[in-house]
Amino acid sequence: MASADSARGRVQGRAIPLPGDEIDTDRIIPARYLREIRFETLGKYAFIDERFDERGNPRQHPLNDPRFKGGTILLVNRNFGCGSSREHAPQSLMRMGIQAFVGESFAEIFSGNCTALGLPAVRVSHQDALALMARVEADPTLDLVIDLEGSVLTAGPERFSFTMPESDRRSLVTGEWDTTSVLLANEAGIRAAAARIPYVNGFRG
Amino acid sequence: MTGGKNLLDKVWDLHKVGVLPSGQDQLFIGLHLVHEVTSPQAFQALKDRGLKVLFPGRTFATVDHIVPTEDQSRPFADELAEAMMQAIESNTREHGIQFFGLQTDFQGIVHIIGPELGLTQPGMTIACGDSHTSTHGALGSLAFGVGTSQIRDILATQTLSLMRPKVRRIEVSGKLASGVYSKDLIIRIIADLGVNGGIGFAYEYGGPAIEALPMEARLTLCNMSIEAGARVGYVNPDATTFQYIRGRTFAPQGAEFDKAVLFWKSIASEPHAKFDDVFKLDGAAIEPMVSWGINPGQAVGVTQRLPRVADAPAEEQEVLKKAYAHTGFEENRPLKGLPVDVAFIGSCTNGRISDLREASRVLEGKKVSSRVKALAVPGSRSVARQAEAEGIAEIFRAAGFEWRGAGCSMCLAMNPDKLTERQVCASSSNRNFIGRQGSPRGRTLLMSPAMVAAAAIAGEIVDARDLESAHARRNS
Repeated sequence: MASADSARGRVQGRAIPLPGDEIDTDRIIPARYLREIRFETLGKYAFIDERFDERGNPRQHPLNDPRFKGGTILLVNRNFGCGSSREHAPQSLMRMGIQAFVGESFAEIFSGNCTALGLPAVRVSHQDALALMARVEADPTLDLVIDLEGSVLTAGPERFSFTMPESDRRSLVTGEWDTTSVLLANEAGIRAAAARIPYVNGFRG
Repeated sequence: MTGGKNLLDKVWDLHKVGVLPSGQDQLFIGLHLVHEVTSPQAFQALKDRGLKVLFPGRTFATVDHIVPTEDQSRPFADELAEAMMQAIESNTREHGIQFFGLQTDFQGIVHIIGPELGLTQPGMTIACGDSHTSTHGALGSLAFGVGTSQIRDILATQTLSLMRPKVRRIEVSGKLASGVYSKDLIIRIIADLGVNGGIGFAYEYGGPAIEALPMEARLTLCNMSIEAGARVGYVNPDATTFQYIRGRTFAPQGAEFDKAVLFWKSIASEPHAKFDDVFKLDGAAIEPMVSWGINPGQAVGVTQRLPRVADAPAEEQEVLKKAYAHTGFEENRPLKGLPVDVAFIGSCTNGRISDLREASRVLEGKKVSSRVKALAVPGSRSVARQAEAEGIAEIFRAAGFEWRGAGCSMCLAMNPDKLTERQVCASSSNRNFIGRQGSPRGRTLLMSPAMVAAAAIAGEIVDARDLESAHARRNS
């Protein structure tokens, strides 16, 4: 599965500041838009209730702001993606063009879902999150580079450090973030585990 | 200091298949539960890759999120819901997965039916494409909410790639007061530790107040672990657990049950087990809790006032301001007296028979306020049958509640049950996020089923203990 195509060691692009703590996955994509059996069409629903009023007129929102059009890196604050496990949340953002997240912290399931889709979600300090948002507000054309191999984020001339779980970083750098084939490679080990777990065998062992 | 092993370490080690190149562990998943919303894309991914389900006997499916609770006849009026229903029917048939659909007696909310059928057992690893999978930890299992890519992984390999979490022991001393429920306890814990306080942790709930809880109260407690940021929450298995499981459809029977109990006892945390963190609180000091804001941590005791933004720590003020902007409630007003338009009793948090019993005690002989639309939604068809048999359903109907069919209903508005406009809902569910109950401008107040019942009668937030004591005085 790992290949040059799947490696995500570096993401480069313009950013979109989306300030706010505790932005939950119901806000990212409300449950009533999950009634589709494919992910491909979800891009239009990301933050739909915040981007449009009840009559469908656009509201002021960073994702509607022409200054940030074409941005591929979402700048967020604390505990982004909390709540429901719905992979629809990162799916909808990915399908509207987001390729990476930079934030103070991410909810655990959201962060795992991002890695499973090949989307880096990297953590910066509170001060750096605010600084990055301010820089992009001041100059929306600012070019950001998230270098996972060197664990450094550059925004124009400035450098910021970030953290992320080492296993996520490694999976993204090597391109092994799609775990199915990695897991299946050890089918003998899986069967051995099943054989030794008492309840799997109905406690008859 | 050398401490003994805790439950998480024991169960993790038993299920660990190996270490992956990323450094994460490959963990065998003993029970996989599937519902209609997060699984069709995973089954499609299997098909796209030419993969089969490795252990079809270890996955069980039901339908809950999109199921209408009023008219469950097919085809559903909502074409998208009907397509989703057909997808899970054909996917489970094609892969030989047992499916508790609408034609069976056992359909219900996935986190209600797992324990109810005896599928959920101590010492298991459990996963489901739903964050409230933490519920199943109440029986002493490690239960993970997962995304759809991970559902694909489990279907194809019966394993997950995971990091072992740290463990925080939540030690609750004393005894919950009368009229105070595990729902109040978990909301108190979330308010104290924060909605992100549990990130990276599993929560082990223990201490005298926890050990005294009946099994269904433990399910409510573990259910909302995820609202504290903890993906996993569990209670060590004990006599209450074993008694609950005995005789259930998928539970071990006869000699196997006795062997199972030995295994279940062996995986409990040792008396001096080591934890990464310990948080203590006094169970006796907790009063009925109500969330007033836009996350479950924004909650106060029923006798308290809503917080002042200026009194809060600087890092919480932004979210508090957003909460007040959304709810329109006044800072520092008393919680009691907040008007309520809708009352909802149900969900994977509080849709069990004991929840309906508690609410019915409050409702008996009373009428729902004329300004309130009230919904009672049993968590499963089994719960619904039992409520009918016990006369509880009739108490709800006589009080003016709509008595519905089993499903997730108004917890998350993927079905016809939704708030409209600016409605305020007293809800026994788990999330008060903006838009959660179907109206982008609607407001959700989370509380115990007894408190929802009391709010339904009064048309505003009241202390259910006042109604109950008046009731007890009349009957004495």
